Amino acid sequence: MSVTSITSSTTGTGVALPVVKAEHLGLTFSTNDGDVVALSDVNLTIEKGDFVSFIGPSGCGKTTFLRTIADLEQPTSGTLEINGQTPENARKDRAYGYVFQAPALYPWRTIEKNIALPLEIMGHSAQQQAERIKRTMDLVNLSGFEKKFPWQLSGGMQQRASIARALAFDADLLLMDEPFGALDEIVRDHLNSELLKLWDRTKKTICFVTHSIPEAVYLSTKIVVMSPRPGRVTDIIESNLPRERPLDIRETPEFLAIAARVRDGLRAGHSYEEVV
Amino acid sequence: MMKSGLNLLQSLLALLAGGMALCGLVGAAISADADILLTVTMGLGALTLVRCVFRPISLWLDGLASVLIALALVLALPRGAAMPGHYWFAMVSAWGFAWLFVDQLSGEIRRGAVPRKTMGLLIPAVFGVALLVVWEIVTRGANVPPVLLPAPSAIGAQLANSAPILWADFVQTFVKSVIPGYIIGCLAGLVVAIAVDRSPFLKAGLLPIGNFMSALPIIGIAPIMVMWFGFDWQSKAAVVVAMTFFPMLVNTVAGLNAASSIERDLMRTYAANYWQTLLKLRLPAAGPFIFNALKINSTLALIGAIVAEFFGTPVVGMGFRISTGVGRLAIDLVWAEIAVAAVAGSAFYGVIALIERGVTFWHPSVRGGRA
Repeated sequence: MSVTSITSSTTGTGVALPVVKAEHLGLTFSTNDGDVVALSDVNLTIEKGDFVSFIGPSGCGKTTFLRTIADLEQPTSGTLEINGQTPENARKDRAYGYVFQAPALYPWRTIEKNIALPLEIMGHSAQQQAERIKRTMDLVNLSGFEKKFPWQLSGGMQQRASIARALAFDADLLLMDEPFGALDEIVRDHLNSELLKLWDRTKKTICFVTHSIPEAVYLSTKIVVMSPRPGRVTDIIESNLPRERPLDIRETPEFLAIAARVRDGLRAGHSYEEVV
Repeated sequence: MMKSGLNLLQSLLALLAGGMALCGLVGAAISADADILLTVTMGLGALTLVRCVFRPISLWLDGLASVLIALALVLALPRGAAMPGHYWFAMVSAWGFAWLFVDQLSGEIRRGAVPRKTMGLLIPAVFGVALLVVWEIVTRGANVPPVLLPAPSAIGAQLANSAPILWADFVQTFVKSVIPGYIIGCLAGLVVAIAVDRSPFLKAGLLPIGNFMSALPIIGIAPIMVMWFGFDWQSKAAVVVAMTFFPMLVNTVAGLNAASSIERDLMRTYAANYWQTLLKLRLPAAGPFIFNALKINSTLALIGAIVAEFFGTPVVGMGFRISTGVGRLAIDLVWAEIAVAAVAGSAFYGVIALIERGVTFWHPSVRGGRA
């Protein structure tokens, strides 16, 4: 199967570096059972302000790709640049905030202390910390829960706190790995629309891993469809939906058309058989 | 039986307790020297048998019967002679009532009919007191030689009489040997564990040595420590250090790996350095493991110090008193010393456990929630 080429969405400004630029990126894990190709020949450019979703079945390498951007995994071939830097330097520059599948809040810290964690590590003053905690907690609608411990909150609130923690140090890039995967659909809808508002307000670049087609179409300006064995990109879909998206946009023909194309992309990658 | 509202075990206990009281009553009637108070209380106990045919009675009446019979029996115990045969019925009866009471009370607590906070303490208290009462009755009633097992009342009298000696021993053993040894041993274990965790070389080299140290018999190292550090508390503290070091080392090494990979990845995304990750993530996550070691060590330390004193001390110390007390057949004093050691050890453990509750309040095992 041939691989779709890079989408060339250079907007003419010329000066701005792409936030993420992957060329012929490959990653092979060596395990006891031999080599496993997690990523193969991935080409992708993400511009500033994009909301990019990665969709595909389990094992397609979408999480691995996100972790490679975050320098949590090292590619074995090809090049990857974050803001024109190597992933390692970008990580040391605190270029991104990462939201994991689980909230990963430290249970011995209150919510505000959890949000303060990156700020403490990055050496912000107490006053700056207090100001940023207040701002990000307002942003994710968690005001009033500062002194609670994570285990006193619901799963949805915990995940919102972990988003606040990723936003607290003002990185321009937000990497989100199935952040709402463990939540029920009602909470998920709510958080999705909140996330869109947040993206609109903060003008951040967001990379969002999901395996839900409606979620990907609803959130994204660009949808990257991936397929497994080996993990590769089969389609990149630019969404023409408006930036302002009420939840009922999901019943419009435009929305359904994009969803159909995503589904076709998944099927073309023979990935439907993999989905159980 | 059907009207009693009790389960099978409780019904059997009710029959046993009431029946024994009845037997005791019959025994008292036949016997020449019946104690009036004891006879009356056994009569009360026998009366509880009406629950089998008439109506259930309150568990507090069972408790009351137990207390009254036990009290009357202890007061009626003859001095320096074995007690009359029918007294044994009274003892079994009191014991049966106590068990029945505790069993019903724990059922009530489970149903939420009585408050757990206050009444929950009553169960271990009843258990402890019952044990002491049975001990007192058996040793005095069967005229057990005090060299084999003194009665609790004799031990209590000895405790009061030799309080200054016991206090001096406590200071020597607990305050001077156990506390410094415990602090040094635990701190050393913690620091070495962090070093071992940091360096693969140390992990390969030091862990086996730590293992080896833990296998050293304390009986063997105690005399050597006496030769190295002299007769006074320093050598005991050294034994305590050797005993407490290894549990702390092993537990901390395990605890430092307790943080989940996602929690470590988070630190990596912040480009946190080694010490930041250690202080803000790995040590707090290791807290429950470290406190486990602290609790294990709190009891080990006391044992180590007491045993070490068997191998040469100045003429003071709990171990010294026990070893010489046995030689002089002053068994009361030995038991008094054991009681002091048990109370000191439990208090030490309790303090550590309390601190643990404060520090690792977030852990599911402490806050009683799910992970």
